[in-house]
Amino acid sequence: MKRRVLILEPSAVVAKGLVSLLNEGMAVWNIDMVAHVSEFRNKVRVSPPDLVLANPMCIDSPDSLGLPEGCPILAIVYQYYDPKLLAAFDGVIGICDDREAITAKMLAATETAAPTRASVAYELSKRETMVLVEVAKGLTNKEIADALNVSVHTIISHRKNIMRKTGIKSVAGLTVYAIIHNLIDESALL
Amino acid sequence: MEISIEHDMKMSELVTRHPMLVMMLSRFGITLGFGDKSVDAVCAMHGVDTDFFMLICRAYLGVFPSLEQITATNMDQLVPYLRQSHAYYLSKRLPHIERHLHHIAERLPARVAKVFMSFFDGYRQEVSAHFDYEEACVFPHIETLRNRLKDSYRIDTYVASHGNIDDKLDDLLQIIFKYLPCTSADDDALDVVYDILSLSTDLKNHASVEDRILVPYVKQLEQTAL
Repeated sequence: MKRRVLILEPSAVVAKGLVSLLNEGMAVWNIDMVAHVSEFRNKVRVSPPDLVLANPMCIDSPDSLGLPEGCPILAIVYQYYDPKLLAAFDGVIGICDDREAITAKMLAATETAAPTRASVAYELSKRETMVLVEVAKGLTNKEIADALNVSVHTIISHRKNIMRKTGIKSVAGLTVYAIIHNLIDESALL
Repeated sequence: MEISIEHDMKMSELVTRHPMLVMMLSRFGITLGFGDKSVDAVCAMHGVDTDFFMLICRAYLGVFPSLEQITATNMDQLVPYLRQSHAYYLSKRLPHIERHLHHIAERLPARVAKVFMSFFDGYRQEVSAHFDYEEACVFPHIETLRNRLKDSYRIDTYVASHGNIDDKLDDLLQIIFKYLPCTSADDDALDVVYDILSLSTDLKNHASVEDRILVPYVKQLEQTAL
């Protein structure tokens, strides 16, 4: 099933350029684009996307968009933004990124997302497993975000998914899980 | 569930109707073998205030007193009762569960056994720290207020910090249910699950006694002391 991508970008040149780039070769995305936040909200309501690419200029913060829970959002960036603002996104697509880099970022972002209603997965994704290992070692969300080069926001959403899938809430409990599943060596424990 | 418990009913009838109340009798120093004596009579034998006893029984059954009922009840035994409860959890229930877990751990690979037992140890320390705080700060505060002295401590501090200690117990169940290797149809595992579930219910009731009886009672003491 193609993943639904919604682009929020005021510049038609950038938006259309991005769509044509992503549609080169085998199309794995079902892409729709809008230029204004009001239009964006309507689209989200009518058909919730699996992934959002948005120009930070158009919005106050990713949280203000009313996205469905677990829907990742990447920033489309071609000017300077405060890193703090960008940290609220799940990743950044630069205007100079090539097709492969953009696709990889989009895939990484959707892989971490909560499964859709249809697929109830309890297996941890690769990315979630990586995060779980760092949590079990005793690292903070900030430290994990830095190590994996993603935002704290992303780590928090991974942790929610890990908690939901494993049923385990405490860090100590996740450590037991990691040891049982041979994900870490006991010498890695602090 | 209909809660009809009265002072003049037989103690045996009370605990037959609500077997979960048996667990807390020892915290009042009440021993079994009460024959056909009434709740009143059994309480009198053991120097327990019946109204207070009923207040706690009802709370365990999910019925909480109004502030008027709390004010009208003799609360002399509240702190001793809570202390007894703490001692019961720490010296009886937790070691009991730990023994079961040890049996389970014996059959686990050494590295899993180690982290599994240290997880339980962490839980026990958390519970113990939680109780220690109450005994070091809250209970002395109550004594001070009951002696009509002023005190700078405020029960609101306790309310703000009264976190839940359920998470790790829930995690322990999840780990046993889902992740421990080869424990299906294992008697120790089933026994410990049963014990953990009953401890978890008991601790939730204990927490609600603190939230719904202790806290309003102390707030009211603080107001009269001002």
